[in-house]
Amino acid sequence: MKAVIEITYLVSSILFIFGIKKLASPKTARQGNFLAAVGMFLAIVATLLDQNVLTYEWIIIGSIIGALVGAIMAIKVPMTGMPQMVGLLNGFGGGASTLVALSEYFRKNPNYPVDTGAAFTLPIDQGIAIILSLLIGGVTFTGSLIAFGKLQGIVTGKVVKYPLQHPINLLLVIAVLVAGAYVIINPDSLGLLLIITAVSLVLGVLLVLPIGGADMPVAISLLNSYSGLAASTTGFVLGNNELIIAGALVGASGIILTIIMCKGMNRSLMNVVMGGWASAGTTGPATTTSPKGQVKSIDTEELAMLLDAVSSVIIVPGYGMAVAQAQHAIRDLMNVLEKKGVNVRFAIHPVAGRMPGHMNVLLAEAQVPYDKLYAMEDINDDFPNTDVVIVVGANDVVNPAARHDQNSPIYGMPILNVDYAKTVIINKRSLNVGYAGIDNELFFYPNALMYFGDAKEAITKLVNELKASS
Amino acid sequence: MEEYLFLMHIYVFVLAIFVGFELITKVPPTLHTPLMSGSNAISGITIVGAILSAGMEQFNVSTILGLVAVIFAMINVVGGFLVTDRMLKMFKKK
Repeated sequence: MKAVIEITYLVSSILFIFGIKKLASPKTARQGNFLAAVGMFLAIVATLLDQNVLTYEWIIIGSIIGALVGAIMAIKVPMTGMPQMVGLLNGFGGGASTLVALSEYFRKNPNYPVDTGAAFTLPIDQGIAIILSLLIGGVTFTGSLIAFGKLQGIVTGKVVKYPLQHPINLLLVIAVLVAGAYVIINPDSLGLLLIITAVSLVLGVLLVLPIGGADMPVAISLLNSYSGLAASTTGFVLGNNELIIAGALVGASGIILTIIMCKGMNRSLMNVVMGGWASAGTTGPATTTSPKGQVKSIDTEELAMLLDAVSSVIIVPGYGMAVAQAQHAIRDLMNVLEKKGVNVRFAIHPVAGRMPGHMNVLLAEAQVPYDKLYAMEDINDDFPNTDVVIVVGANDVVNPAARHDQNSPIYGMPILNVDYAKTVIINKRSLNVGYAGIDNELFFYPNALMYFGDAKEAITKLVNELKASS
Repeated sequence: MEEYLFLMHIYVFVLAIFVGFELITKVPPTLHTPLMSGSNAISGITIVGAILSAGMEQFNVSTILGLVAVIFAMINVVGGFLVTDRMLKMFKKK
């Protein structure tokens, strides 16, 4: 039976690998997700056959509750709420790892629940695994809850600074490791183990609280990676290769996404984790010398007339599109322009939105074909040959100051070169600054026209005007 | 052999990280959100540990912790795979 179980775990691991492999193309991605789900099902069945599983009632009750809650969340969540959803799911994974580590600690104790007088020894490798499980799992759990709160608007999305932020966090990590070493040597120290758990939970809050709203793509990716590593450490606790493999795959995935997000902002991971642009943000608006000049605006009728005579349009969506839920209006705009024979494409900056690929999911929801969405590096050279660029709810990622103004806090960040197009239309509610807290000099460029208004309302008005004129 | 077991697990872990890097770098940016939620569901593999904890014979602190762990991990697994499928259904070519 043991061999059957182990082979099933192996098959399940292979299904996970094939599942992720099929995510390389939108055509096979759905099938890949299904394969991974089958792998998970096999792993669960194999575990139920394990000789250490003696009673089933708690497993069944827990599974039903968990499956119901998970299914309801998955069906109810709107596409704009996807970053929160992923944040929350990360947290549950981390929380499960913490709980399993604690449970294993009790199970290994020969004097629990009945004192047998036997000496409690914890093999050093399992001890290390339990402590790391508690630390990573705990940080992932509360860190994800804070990230969820920030994205949902329950916790402030601003950069939160507290005194001695970095020394305190460093001290807490060291404290957990030292206390952990003590517990491994003296496994009977239950109180200390619980303190380690509590400190890990506090650490998760302290680490994510300082991270600002627009840095959430990095935070969510990093927590994603942690949730994988937490699963791996649980694998070390149990001596189970499948958990180690699956956790490592997820850990690698999260790290790669984190690196991509950091590159998209031209910032180091350290810089983001430490609380971001805040240092620049507080002094930025005052010191940056942005060229003030005449901002020109355009109304719906004029814009419709302008768009009547063009052959190519690139739409640049940003977080503002998600906030205004304007993705359906933008799809209508695409349709009406295409009917007039205009070539319409979308340019997606890697950090647009609140998580990796956020814009792509919203546009897919609005039935914009994915082959119309272009990554920054694939479309940036096409802007000079483009008649009109329409920027909807994006700001810092189209600020030309990133290319030339060495004093700008976003200097060096890769941007979409929308200013090279013949005309740039910027849809925004006001001239307010973006996340980096700096003015956007693009608004003052001679080829830039502001189209003021809420994204959904303004684009819908534009679509109606275009329909009426054709 | 027993004392090398931990080392074997480290082996597996390191090799799996390399496999992960190879696989994930091939996922296009347009699928990064489903990649996250899908990989997230896979990290719900902790359900294995949770089941082992919850399935012990006598009912004690260990089993209670296991029960809550099963609930958490199951939310992660079911929620993750379902929401990923919901998203991927929407990705269509022209």
